[in-house]
Amino acid sequence: MSRLRLYQIAVVAGFILLLEALCLAGVIDKITMPAPHIILRDFVRMLLAGRYFDEIGKSLLNVLAAFAGAYLAGVIIGTVLHGHRTTRAILDPLFATYYAIPVFAFYPLFIVMFGLGDGPQVLIGFMLAIVAVIITTLNGLDRVPPVLKKTAQVNGLNALQTARHITLPFCAPYLLTAAKLALAYAFIGVIGSEFIMARSGMGYEISYAYTNFDNATMYPLILLILLLSIAANSLLSRWEKMLLARRGQG
Amino acid sequence: MTAAQVTLRGVTKVFPAAAGGNPVHALGPIDIEIRKGEFFAVVGPSGCGKSTLLELIAGLTAPTEGEIEFEGHAIGDNVPDGIGVVFQEDACFPWLNVIENIEFGLRRKAIDANEKSRQAKAVIEMMGLREFARSYPAQLSGGMRQRVCIARTIVAQPRLILLDEPFGALDQQTRLLMGDEMLRLWRQTGATVFLITHALDEAAMLADRIVVMSARPGRTIDLVETNWPRERDSRIVERENFGALTSRLWKTLREESLKTMGRTGNGA
Repeated sequence: MSRLRLYQIAVVAGFILLLEALCLAGVIDKITMPAPHIILRDFVRMLLAGRYFDEIGKSLLNVLAAFAGAYLAGVIIGTVLHGHRTTRAILDPLFATYYAIPVFAFYPLFIVMFGLGDGPQVLIGFMLAIVAVIITTLNGLDRVPPVLKKTAQVNGLNALQTARHITLPFCAPYLLTAAKLALAYAFIGVIGSEFIMARSGMGYEISYAYTNFDNATMYPLILLILLLSIAANSLLSRWEKMLLARRGQG
Repeated sequence: MTAAQVTLRGVTKVFPAAAGGNPVHALGPIDIEIRKGEFFAVVGPSGCGKSTLLELIAGLTAPTEGEIEFEGHAIGDNVPDGIGVVFQEDACFPWLNVIENIEFGLRRKAIDANEKSRQAKAVIEMMGLREFARSYPAQLSGGMRQRVCIARTIVAQPRLILLDEPFGALDQQTRLLMGDEMLRLWRQTGATVFLITHALDEAAMLADRIVVMSARPGRTIDLVETNWPRERDSRIVERENFGALTSRLWKTLREESLKTMGRTGNGA
């Protein structure tokens, strides 16, 4: 293991130990936050008892729906826009300022439009994620060196074969970055909106536990979201790193 | 040796106007005959349309006027089978290793995977790339990457190899050695080689015949026969008449280069 990785682990471990010490010493009182070892115990109990599995499954399904929709639509829109300079130029300011718009502000409107079901939550996750995918796809396509396309022509590849054998593999690291961003935004969008107005899901359960001072539920659920999000992200990062390392950019 | 493999008749290329500009008359009218099996070089001032000329012959772009024939057939919209191109820029595929890059050059051949791998390996040996067969381009030097691109081109056994300043991005020693290598491959494969370069000594050292192009719009203003023996290498520069040859090229080219400088340098 590299020295750097040891330091990274030491920082996280140190932070947890500090929290543990502060909790045990009573600096942080029990109602605000239980000690990390208690959170961990409650977490294991929650998983063993199978509590909230329905809620967790539902939230994850919504995250997946928002992610998949945004990713698919984003890559397609990005690819189409890459071929339409004018349309792209018109939309550029929208993309540039998109993340300054608080999408959550539209949540009440979405509820009016789509009702109280899962629709609004998925839509918010989708909206947060899609533009990051479009921008990253465009970025990748912009960087395909013209000489590689010429090489494809010289080797008799048609447009479809060029897309499959040249453009796609060249853009693969960008498409993985897009997936990483989309997944993170889908998590934020879905869990966040469950927090505000939904009647079910992990976000809702956290918020419900919060209003009832139920720390034994709230903290394990927060921990679960953290772990899921980090696990998914590091999986994609590993893959991305492997591709980039081949290109001497790792 | 005398049969024409490539014929250009009255070829011009005019690029349509960009927004707010005028159309650019890049090339021609130009008439050239390239003989089968010869090493043919084109030199010219920068911006004279040398690369455009190469793309026209390759079928990567269509002429505005005139005709181009390769082995008796007009070159249409597609790159004809039998033509290989090596570009100046790094054209290795970074996601494929060396052997996969080279096998890519066999895409047009109707042969099975075993035969592909056998032919790729043979070229890897020929180019001295054996110990790098499983390396990715990012692990190789610029000169090595260019060898991979050359290998990817010759593995398809093209009858005409077009080289667009292939050594332009390399250091001087590597350039000379790659020149030797090109001469060796030219003799071994029996292919015709068409080389675009801005380096007079490179053209004088490598080619049987050299065309000098004018400033834009590029036209041919001189055609020089070197009369070198087929068996030759970079030591040909020691010959007495090498100096006379390069100075003849430079005399013609100097005027044209000054025109270009005047237009793009202090003049504009």
